[in-house]
Amino acid sequence: MQQVAKNHEHGHAHDHEHGHEEHEQLKVLGFWIFLVTDCILFGTLFATYAVMNHSFAGGPTGAELFALPGVIASTFILLTSSFTSGLAILAMNKGKVKELIGWLIVTALLGLSFIYLEVTEFIHLVHEGATIATSGFWSAFYTLVGTHGLHVSIGLFWMLAIIIQLRRRGLTPVTRRKVTTLSLYWHFLDVVWIFLFTVVYLMGVM
Amino acid sequence: MANHGNHSSHAESHGSLKSYVIGFILSIVLTVIPLVLVMNPLFSKTATYITIMIMAILQFVVQLFFFMHIREGEKPRWNVQTLILGLFIVLTIIGGSIWIMAFNV
Repeated sequence: MQQVAKNHEHGHAHDHEHGHEEHEQLKVLGFWIFLVTDCILFGTLFATYAVMNHSFAGGPTGAELFALPGVIASTFILLTSSFTSGLAILAMNKGKVKELIGWLIVTALLGLSFIYLEVTEFIHLVHEGATIATSGFWSAFYTLVGTHGLHVSIGLFWMLAIIIQLRRRGLTPVTRRKVTTLSLYWHFLDVVWIFLFTVVYLMGVM
Repeated sequence: MANHGNHSSHAESHGSLKSYVIGFILSIVLTVIPLVLVMNPLFSKTATYITIMIMAILQFVVQLFFFMHIREGEKPRWNVQTLILGLFIVLTIIGGSIWIMAFNV
């Protein structure tokens, strides 16, 4: 990419670094392939949900229990966090480490409030008598939504680790690559949530 | 849009503030429209289903282009090819499951 071309201008002194950056590019591609496999994972869970869509086994239905206000709040929170992780990338491209860490912290806090809302929702649902063992529908629901929530939670720990690394090592080709893959992961989780929001919640309450 | 061509000075490869802001605004609009349609139904149920699915797919495209910068990168774009394969598998699994279940009622 352009970064590599820049190193070329510096001459042969940076040959080693050049090879290193190409290696980092390859790792970003590897991460893309991981995201695609993750896409297939969510695809199978969506398929399960579609199959179990009317299997309530006499228990509560989604339309009865879903509370849209909380879900709408989660949607906008995750959407904004996807944007702020993009702003983190812009700060990184300008070489501003402090600004980068700042946007990562904002993104992590938004992610944390998303998880908080999701846990609150699950607790509410269980109190209303919809546990993972209630019916095929609720099993599929908790597996699908819970897998996404688990991804976001893992992303939060990963973000924390990268913030610590950025504090210690600053911007190197390696930390740059890590921030790049993290932001790809975060955008991907937002995309999955959009489909969750549409298929599970919006279509669920109709 | 991805105006990386005329931003060579410091915005190294991953878009500009403008492209992120446009992407963000588009995402918000594409979230609000389905919400309004579901809360005050204007169309029939089937038409609403189709419209909100289209909005979700459009938003996926917005994230891919404005946030994930799918158009950038070195020339054989292996990431795009992998993504197409992945989407094909996902559509087969979901479409196939729904199709089979449609004959199970």
